[in-house]
Amino acid sequence: MQTRSHITFLLNGRTIEINDVGADDTLLDFLRIDQRLTGSKEGCAEGDCGACTVLVGRLTAVGLVYETVNACIRFLASLDGCHVVTIEYLGGPNGRLSAVQQAMVEHHGSQCGFCTPGIVMSLYALWMQHEQPTVKQVETALQGNLCRCTGYAPIIRAAQEVTNFGTPSAEHLTTERDSVVAALNSLRDGKRVEVAKDDSRAILPADVDDLAAVLETEPTATIVAGSTDVGLWVTKFLKQLSPAVFIGQLDGLKEIAVTEDAVTMGAGVTYTEAQDVIAEHYPHLSNYWDRIAGWQVRNMGTVGGNIANGSPIGDTPPVLIALGASITLRKGANRRVVPLEEFFIAYGKQDRAAGEFVESITIPRVSTGHHAAYKISKRRDEDISSVAVGMTVQVENGMITAAVLAFGGMAATPKRAAAAEAALVGQPWSEATLVAAANKLPEDFQPLTDMRASADYRMKVAQNLFRRFWHETTGDTARLASA
Amino acid sequence: MKQTVSIRGSAHTDLIHDSAIKHVSGGADYCDDIAEPIGTLHAYFGTAKVAHATINSVDLSAVRAAPGVVGVLTAEDVPGVNDVSPTGRHDEPLFATEKVEFWGQVLFAVVAESRDIARRAVELAKIDYTPLDHVIEADEAVAKGYPHVTPPMTLKRGDVAEGQAAAAHRIQGQMRIGGQDHMYLEGHIAFAMPGEDDDVIVHSSTQHPSEAQHMVAHVLGVPSNAVVVNVRRMGGGFGGKESQMNQFCAVAAMAAKKWQRAVKIRPDRDQDMETTGKRHDFVVDYDVAFDDEGQIQAVDNTFAARCGWTSDLSGPVTDRALFHADNAYFYPHVKLQSRPMKTNTVSNTAFRGFGGPQGVVAAERMMEEIAYKLGKDPLEVRKANFYGDTDRNLTPYHQRVEDNVMPRLVEELEQTSDYQARRKAVLEHNAKGGIIRKGLSLTPVKFGISFTATWYNQAGALVHIYNDGSIMLNHGGTEMGQGLNTKIAQVVAEAFQVDFDTIKITKTTTEKVPNTSATAASSGTDLNGMAALNACEQIKERLVRWACDHFGVEALLVEFAPNQVHVGDKTFTFGEFIKQAYMSRVQLWAAGFYKTPKIHWDREKGQGRPFYYYAYGAAVAEVSVDTLTGEYTVDRADVLHDVGKSLNPVLDKGQVEGAFVQGMGWLTTEELKWDDKGQLRTHAPSTYKIPLAGDVPREFNVNLADWSENRELTIKRSKAVGEPPFMLPICVFEALGMAVASVADYTECPRLDAPATPECVLMAVERLRG
Repeated sequence: MQTRSHITFLLNGRTIEINDVGADDTLLDFLRIDQRLTGSKEGCAEGDCGACTVLVGRLTAVGLVYETVNACIRFLASLDGCHVVTIEYLGGPNGRLSAVQQAMVEHHGSQCGFCTPGIVMSLYALWMQHEQPTVKQVETALQGNLCRCTGYAPIIRAAQEVTNFGTPSAEHLTTERDSVVAALNSLRDGKRVEVAKDDSRAILPADVDDLAAVLETEPTATIVAGSTDVGLWVTKFLKQLSPAVFIGQLDGLKEIAVTEDAVTMGAGVTYTEAQDVIAEHYPHLSNYWDRIAGWQVRNMGTVGGNIANGSPIGDTPPVLIALGASITLRKGANRRVVPLEEFFIAYGKQDRAAGEFVESITIPRVSTGHHAAYKISKRRDEDISSVAVGMTVQVENGMITAAVLAFGGMAATPKRAAAAEAALVGQPWSEATLVAAANKLPEDFQPLTDMRASADYRMKVAQNLFRRFWHETTGDTARLASA
Repeated sequence: MKQTVSIRGSAHTDLIHDSAIKHVSGGADYCDDIAEPIGTLHAYFGTAKVAHATINSVDLSAVRAAPGVVGVLTAEDVPGVNDVSPTGRHDEPLFATEKVEFWGQVLFAVVAESRDIARRAVELAKIDYTPLDHVIEADEAVAKGYPHVTPPMTLKRGDVAEGQAAAAHRIQGQMRIGGQDHMYLEGHIAFAMPGEDDDVIVHSSTQHPSEAQHMVAHVLGVPSNAVVVNVRRMGGGFGGKESQMNQFCAVAAMAAKKWQRAVKIRPDRDQDMETTGKRHDFVVDYDVAFDDEGQIQAVDNTFAARCGWTSDLSGPVTDRALFHADNAYFYPHVKLQSRPMKTNTVSNTAFRGFGGPQGVVAAERMMEEIAYKLGKDPLEVRKANFYGDTDRNLTPYHQRVEDNVMPRLVEELEQTSDYQARRKAVLEHNAKGGIIRKGLSLTPVKFGISFTATWYNQAGALVHIYNDGSIMLNHGGTEMGQGLNTKIAQVVAEAFQVDFDTIKITKTTTEKVPNTSATAASSGTDLNGMAALNACEQIKERLVRWACDHFGVEALLVEFAPNQVHVGDKTFTFGEFIKQAYMSRVQLWAAGFYKTPKIHWDREKGQGRPFYYYAYGAAVAEVSVDTLTGEYTVDRADVLHDVGKSLNPVLDKGQVEGAFVQGMGWLTTEELKWDDKGQLRTHAPSTYKIPLAGDVPREFNVNLADWSENRELTIKRSKAVGEPPFMLPICVFEALGMAVASVADYTECPRLDAPATPECVLMAVERLRG
């Protein structure tokens, strides 16, 4: 395998080529400290406030795509071959303001101004997709941006009226598009990238086979996909990742295949990239998917990472377990398929050997039965679940023939509620049956009290969701329109 | 000749924030954006990982030995006094010495070649502690006999026992009110540059540059004249940067002097939230007596506050809670007591409203109690208790309410929000049963304006006119997003009748205006606007006197017209006029000064006039609550708020909208949680949840009472706007209560504690269902 010992990417209007890049170096520090581009701010360094939001453009199967990301938890090494666009570049030459910026000024969308560059970047990315966004679209685009001053009302007004100040086609990110595509194409050399600073090493495999090869020689390496969790290991817990293997750039892990029986997606598919196929084939997950983190994190984070990470409070495992999902693990040339629920062994322990990686996730398609996915959190958007649940119940002739109820936030791993499931199977499909099953839940779980929720609340709300499930399948209004 | 109708940006007009274009383009510089001189060092705090303990030993050898570490600072290195108490109570050591009093207390600082090295190095400290029992909750502190951090206050009027005896009903209860982290997007930061002799310049993000200056001098043991503190702008403050920045400024300055290099200190978000104070949590015990009509006869309330390990500003904060324990209501007989309790938590501090909101929330709880007890619409009860115009207008602190616009505000809002019809609809909706319940509530707010520390009600400004006619404006207030600079520049523009753009607003610096008060208590525009106007008037007076002499006209014939000056039959551009005045040796600058009239306060007696005037507002909220999960949405909110004659209506409206959502966060999703060991577990936005765009009321109608004018002679008859609207969203909290109460057919007051998280709401539903 040919290797390259520097990374290269476009930063605004320039090409950057650097070789002393460590595994832990963040994009935000690079921008603010090395490049003195101080428009992007550090508000939290954990991907929650959005003050550091920048656009990252990359070549995909559908062409050049720009997405918002949190520069604070995005590693510099992962930007090889990308176009990074910061607030300083948005207005274009001559100090002109872009339409988004103009709208924010005219609608008084800034007060202290510290969150503003990040908010402008999110609204800009939204506007490139939707010239006249709905309030819902604006709110979704801003899920990852905190503002403490304005109460958001003027920002939402601005976002809806950007179109009065210009059109996306006139923006220089649009007019320069062809030349950016050409430049990014010219950066692709198909080589593995190995860079280091001091003794911190970062490896970007050339393709999936190369990833398998790299992991054979570096079996204890930290695998970094979207870095939406691993980023915090560095920025908050001061861990050193080296050697780190970056996989977010691998096209081979981004494939989505829909067959008659199942949807299979590569482990590198981001939440955003999965959104359409999820909404189409699993409509009960459509709203749920929008409530996973904020937009920037959905643009970075991967379903594979959410699983491989093994967190008991990841949003995707419970709902995927309920759908009977399985994962393919690969080590070298060897692959094995594991039912997702069996992957989670104990807190912090998964069924993944050294040198092995999650290659893909297979989710059976659903044709029959009742399906639900619920997330309970203190704040609706961009919050970690107190309780997450996926429910699948098959009913024949009014009798329950099969049930899978998988919960997150209730135990040390994402876990099925065996006693509650048993209380459903063989019983008539009725509210009484569901309530009886809910009453069994304390046999399945003894949840913890922490800063997100008390054990009592977790149990009570988990039980009440059985009733929501019943009411919704009978067409009753059983939750808020926004839930 | 072209006739200019008016200047751009005069007072009482809508104008964008003066930094808006820089905000949206990333060109607005905050403290961390200032270019660093070569050799800049970075400091970081090493903090205690225990809530209460005796320190047996501190071993920093590994910290000192870490590559890239330049040195460490501890109490022994303090050249002056190891204390940063903002009130002079001398109870707040900069570095802990013998005892740790809260998890996160600063023990030492490390200074290193980079921030990353400094952050990693602090982890190498070896501290040996003997743990002691710790207390987190205010009522627990009362029960365990913990001391007050500062003397409590009592407000008394009438005879409570007499009032209780005469009343038909009496309810006693307790309410827990949570604190709130400021969650300013820009955290704490100070950046010090050493100068010659004792001099040091500190760039910071503080609301109180003068206090930071005095504290740095105190810690360094040098006179205040050696220290300059500069603030261009803050990325949010909300009270969190009033006194809390002192420790960062002091350490940056100490390090800069010791190593003769520029030194910056910026905690990460976790340390910022663990180590700096928040809004005070309160436990309020209330005892309200009232008649069959719901009119209050007597109130006897005690307010215990979690003050943390030192007094900081807890004295005035708990005082202000009592000053607002009446909200908009007349209490014929009343006794209010504060209990500023010491706890083993970070020292709580100023936060928008400064204790007032906690007092107001408790008053509104009593209104709800009365309404549920009597089966009335809570709005009726509120109206029955409003202060009167000529009688029933004496507050518990014996100040007469003379400017009451509450009845008119509430009547207008009741009409424009269609309150009565919507209440009927909500009741009908809930009567159908169902999982989603609704609630509707209208709550008022009356807020006293002035620092209760009377001497704080003074301000200075410096106005220069350069000989080209351009104007530099400087004043003692700090810009944290509220648009203070914009509003004051509008005042100056109007005074000289020049376009707003003629005026350059410069950074706040202790070099230009000394002995300034904190930009706090909503006072920024009231105080500094008047000081700036005073400076303008001095200059104008000189200019007029000169013009009379020079051109031989009467003063009446010298007129400052839009961008022009008419002198008799002559007309000059403003620039020409100034140039001539300069050539004639007229002093073209002035320092302005202002002190608020009429106010006085005797804390011992609990009597006086602490407030120059009151600001008023009212809001209605409608909510939907999922009674299976406790989740909720705010479907609609309508606000009518009194800012007097607004200097800049659009900026004021922005303050009202922003305060509403911030206050809503305090009462809904913003929850501070400590674990059994006394560690704060909600110390970053991942765990501490402030409102997002999706949490804003689905329909949000915010209006200013455009008919209002301050009856006092404030700057252009405007009113302060920073804090008062923060209490408007109490209507959201009470509407949630109504939805909850519906499950028991409104027979029982739901007694929600704040914040009403989904968990709190569901547990209340379950409790009421029995």
